[in-house]
Amino acid sequence: MNDEILTCVETKPGLSRRTFLQFCAVMAVTLGLPPEAEGAIAQALTTKHRPVVIWLHFAECTGCTESMLCTEHPALDKLILELISLDYHETLFAGAGRQADAARRASMAANKGKYVLVVEGAIPAKDNGIYCKIGGRTAVEILNECAQDAAAVIALGSCAVWGGMPSTKPNPTGCVGVDEVWKKPVVNIPGCAPNPYNFLSTVVHYITYGKLPELDNQGRPKFAYARIIHENCERRPHFDAGRFAQEFGDAGHRAGWCLYKLGCKGPETHANCPAILFGDVGGGSWPVGTGHPCIGCTEKGIGFEKPIFALAELKGVTPPASYPGIVEQQGHGATIASVAALAGAAGAVIGASAAMASNLGKGSKPESPSEGKE
Amino acid sequence: MKPLGGPYITRTTVIAAFMVAIMGILVLIRLCFGLRSVTNLNDGFPWGLWLAYDMVAGSAIGCGGYAVALVVYVLNKGQYHPLVRPAILASMFGYALGGVSVLVDISRWWNAWHIVWPAYFNLNSVMIEVALCVSVYTMVLMLEFAPPVVEKAVEWTGRWGGDLQAVATTVEKVLNKVLFVFIALGMTLPTMHQSSLGTMLIPFGPLLNPLWQTPVLPALFLLTALCMGYSVVMLEATLVSDRFARISEAHILGLLSRYLIAVVTAFLTIRWSALLYQGKLHFLFTSGGLSFAFLAENALYLIPVILLWPEHRRMAPRYQFIAAMCILSGGILYRLDAYMIAYGRTGWHYFPSVPELLVTFGMIAVEVLGYVLIVKFFPVLPSVEHAQTAALATK
Amino acid sequence: MPLTRRNFLKGTAVVGAASTAATAEVREEKTLSPKALGLLFDSTLCVGCKACVVACREANNTHPEFNTEDKLWDTPLDLSVYTLTVIKAYREGTGVTKDQEKDGYAFMKKSCLQCIDPSCVSVCPVKAMTKNSETGIVSYNPDNCIGCRYCVAACPFGVPRFEYDKTFARLRKCELCKPRLAEGKIAACAEVCPTGATLFGPVTVLRAEAERRHRLVPGERAFFPRKTADSPDVHEKPAPHYISETYGLTEVGGTQMQLLSGVRFEKLGMPMLPKKSFVSISETIQHTLYKGMIAPAVLFGCLLVLVRRSGKHDEHEDNHTGDE
Repeated sequence: MNDEILTCVETKPGLSRRTFLQFCAVMAVTLGLPPEAEGAIAQALTTKHRPVVIWLHFAECTGCTESMLCTEHPALDKLILELISLDYHETLFAGAGRQADAARRASMAANKGKYVLVVEGAIPAKDNGIYCKIGGRTAVEILNECAQDAAAVIALGSCAVWGGMPSTKPNPTGCVGVDEVWKKPVVNIPGCAPNPYNFLSTVVHYITYGKLPELDNQGRPKFAYARIIHENCERRPHFDAGRFAQEFGDAGHRAGWCLYKLGCKGPETHANCPAILFGDVGGGSWPVGTGHPCIGCTEKGIGFEKPIFALAELKGVTPPASYPGIVEQQGHGATIASVAALAGAAGAVIGASAAMASNLGKGSKPESPSEGKE
Repeated sequence: MKPLGGPYITRTTVIAAFMVAIMGILVLIRLCFGLRSVTNLNDGFPWGLWLAYDMVAGSAIGCGGYAVALVVYVLNKGQYHPLVRPAILASMFGYALGGVSVLVDISRWWNAWHIVWPAYFNLNSVMIEVALCVSVYTMVLMLEFAPPVVEKAVEWTGRWGGDLQAVATTVEKVLNKVLFVFIALGMTLPTMHQSSLGTMLIPFGPLLNPLWQTPVLPALFLLTALCMGYSVVMLEATLVSDRFARISEAHILGLLSRYLIAVVTAFLTIRWSALLYQGKLHFLFTSGGLSFAFLAENALYLIPVILLWPEHRRMAPRYQFIAAMCILSGGILYRLDAYMIAYGRTGWHYFPSVPELLVTFGMIAVEVLGYVLIVKFFPVLPSVEHAQTAALATK
Repeated sequence: MPLTRRNFLKGTAVVGAASTAATAEVREEKTLSPKALGLLFDSTLCVGCKACVVACREANNTHPEFNTEDKLWDTPLDLSVYTLTVIKAYREGTGVTKDQEKDGYAFMKKSCLQCIDPSCVSVCPVKAMTKNSETGIVSYNPDNCIGCRYCVAACPFGVPRFEYDKTFARLRKCELCKPRLAEGKIAACAEVCPTGATLFGPVTVLRAEAERRHRLVPGERAFFPRKTADSPDVHEKPAPHYISETYGLTEVGGTQMQLLSGVRFEKLGMPMLPKKSFVSISETIQHTLYKGMIAPAVLFGCLLVLVRRSGKHDEHEDNHTGDE
C-alpha cells in the first residue's frame, strides 16, 4: 500500500489509516471480491477523481436516505461526501428550491455523461405524472432529463425498483419503478429500506473497476440478491426440523424457531439480510432475527401485495441433499462372498449329479461308488 | 425291511455334522442379536432364503411320502410299497426342518404357540391354515414313521426279554390297527397346505411378478409338490441303490415315473393356459432376468417329460436320476422365484448373506446326517440279498 | 356301489364340484364405517418442512435416524420401525417448479393409509393386526404377534416395518395417534402442519374437502384450513392445479387416507391398484375350499376307506412277507 496514499487519506477526511483500510476491507467483502480487491479499492478511493452523484427523490418516504445515514464504518457523511461529489440531494442540502435546482443543472452540464444518477422513490406515472411535481415539472420529466446524460442509473429502494409501498393496490397514482419509465439499463437495489451496504458496495465497485457488479435478469446486483433468504437464514435448521412458532410469544417463538407459519416470506424473497444484517448492532439485527416474519420487501408481488401472514411459496426449494427421494436404494444385495458360496454349493451339486448320472449310465451295479454326499 | 447297519462315522456324516455345528452357532447368534446379525432380511424382503427354501421348497421336497402314499393306497399299486418307509423318513425330515426353520425365522418365537391356540386364530388368513396343517402333518409323519421305531423296539426289548417285549409288541399291534387313520391324514393334510402355500402368494398382488401371480397358484403349488415328491423318491431310491450298492429299483421307479409325467404335464398345461387366458404372455419379453428364470423353470419341467417319454429311457436309472434332479431343481427354482426372486418392491435389494446360506446348508446337512444315521439304525430300507452288502455297507 | 378306484375318482369330482358350486364364497366387499377417521394429504400444500415427522417421533416415542456420515441430522430414508411417517421428495430434471412433473419437484407424505380392506389384517394368522370397527384404525398388538412378517410382505403400500436388529423384535406403523385421540387431541402430524397439507378428521368430511378443492379454479383466491377441515384457522393462497383423481377412494377397496396432488400419483410412489383388494381373492379361495371344513372332511373320509381297503397299511404283515 502506497504510503503517499495513506498519508493523503489521513489528512484529507481525517481518517485513521486503520479505519480507512477497514472500510475498504468491508467493501471488498460485501462485494464478494477476492482479497487483493481491498488494495485496489483503497487505491481507487484515494487517487481517482471523485464521481459526481445526482440523487433524485420522488414518491418515497426518504427511508433509503435515512438508512444510508446510519452506516458506521466509517461515518458516512464524512467519508462518502468526500469520496463522492454529491451534487444534488434534496434531504441533505442546506439549500432548496430554485437554487438547489440550479446547482443540479450546473453539475449535470459540467459532468455530462459522467455522473451517477441515484433515484429514490417510485414514479407516479398515471395521468401524465401530475401526482408528483417538483418545481412545476413532473417526476417523469425530471427522470428522463437526468437519466439522459447519466453514466449509470441506480434505482435505490423497492419504490424506485418496482413501485414499492406507494404502488400498493389500488395504486391510485400509478406508481411504477424507474425501469418502467427509463428504458435503458438500470441498476436495481430493492429493499424497504435496502441494506445501505448493498448500495455503497455497488458504488465502490463502480469507482474501483469502472463498471457495475454483475447483475441478474432484473438488474439486481447478484452479490446481494442472487439467493433467497430461506437459503441463508439462521433459523433454517428449525424449518428443516419442523420447529415452528405457532403464535407470537409462544414457547417456540421465544426459543427462536422458524417463522414460516407466521407468514415469513423468506422462501420467496431474494436478499442478503441474514448475511449482513442491519444497523451494525450485532447478530440477529434483521426482522426474522428479532422475531418478526420477513415481509418480502425486496420482491415485487410479495412486499406490500401479499398479506404479511400469508404463507410463502417455496421458490426452487433446495431440499437438503439427504432428503429422501421417492425411491431410495435400500437393503444389501449380493456380495462376492455370498455369490461365491451359493455358486460353490450349486456347482458342487451339479458336479456331483453329473458324475452320478454318467456313473449310472455305466450299468446297474457300479464297481465303485462315485463321489457324493451320501 | 432291515436296518442297513454299518459305521456311523463316515466321511459323509462327519462333514454333515460339522456343517450342523456351524449352523447351530449361527442360529444362536441370530436368537441373541436379532435377524440382521445373520441375515440380509429387510422391509422390502421380509421373507428370504430360510422361508423360501427351507420351509417352502423344503416341505415340497418332503412330499415324497405323500406322493408315494397316493399311489400305494389310493391307486392300490402295492408294488410301490417298499418305497414308502424311506419316503416317509425323508418327508419327516423335510417337514421337521421346515418347521424349525420357521421357528428360527419368526422374530417373536416365544408367541409361536399362538398358532395352535384357537383364541388367536384369524380364519381369513391363509397362513394360519398352513401353519396348523404343517404342524399336525409333521406329527402325523412322525407317527407314520413309528412302525420302524416300534419294530426296532420290539427287537431290542426281545434281547432283554419278558414284559418289555410284550409291551412293545402290544404297541406294535395297536399301531397297526390305527395306522390307516394317520396314513389317510397324511394324504389329506399335504393336499391342503401345499396348495395353500400357493394361495399365500395371492395377497401380494403386483408385488409378485405377473408371470407368477395367478389365481390358480394353489393348483400349481399342489402339482409341483406332487412332482417334487415323486422326484425325491426316485432320487433317493437311485442314490441309495448306488451309494449303498444295492440292486437298483429302476423298474419300480420306471413305473412310478408315468405318474410323474402325468402330473408335470398337468402342471405345465394349467400354468401356460392361465398365462394365456390372462393375457400375460407379453411379460415374458419385458421382465428382464425374471423372464429367464421363468423359462428356466419351465424348461426344467419340460426336459424330464421329453426325456422319460420313451419306455426304455423311463426304466434307465440314469434318465430317472436326471429327470428327478431336473424336476427338483425346477420345483425349488419355482418356489424360490415365487417367494423371493420374483417378489420385490422398487428400490429394495436382497441376496442371502453368507451366514444365511450357511444356516440353510446346515439344515440340509441335518437331513443328510439324520437320514444316513436312521437308515443304518432302523429298519427302513427294503431288505435285499446282495453279496457285497456287508463289505460296501461301510459307506 | 363298490368303492373301486374309478368310483372314488368320480365321487371326489362330484363332491368337489358340489361343494365349490354350492358354497362359492365370494368374499363380501368391505365398506367404510360411518365414524371412520383418517387424513387428507395435499401434496400441493406440503413444503417439505418435516414438522410432521418430528411430531410423530415425539408422539410415538421413537428416536431420530441417521443416514449421513456426520450423523448430525435426523434423516430417515423411508418408513421404518422408528419412523412412522416420512416426507419424500419427487424431483425431475432441474427440479425448480413446485408440483410440476417435468423439471419440477413435489412432496409426498408416506404413512399407513388405514385401508378399508387391509391386507395386513387379512393375512395375519394370529390377529395381531386388527381394524377397529368404529374408527377404522388399523392397530398392531405385539402381544399376539409371532413375528412372521406376512403383513410386511403383503401390504401393497409397504407400510408395516419390522425391527431386524433387536433380540426381542416388534413391528410399528402409524395408528393415527390413538393415545392422543383418547385425550381428545388430533393426530400429531395434522396438529403441527404449518400449511394444512395434512388434515385430520372423519373420512367423510375429508373426502368432502377434497371434492371442494377439485372444484376450485386453478389460480383463483382460495382458503385452506389447518389441522382439521372445519378449522377456523385458515390461510389464503391461489388454488393450485390438481390431478383430477383423489387417491384412496377406490384403491384396493379404498383407504382412509386420501391424497391430492399436482403430479401423477405414480410419480409420488403410490402404486396404481385395482378396486378389488388382493386379499378378497385369497379369502374367497380359502373360504370356498374350506367352508365348514366339508371338503377336507370328505377327502379324509374317502381316503380312510381307501387305505383300509388297500390292505397295505399293515406294515407288520408286509414286512414278514418280504419284498417284491
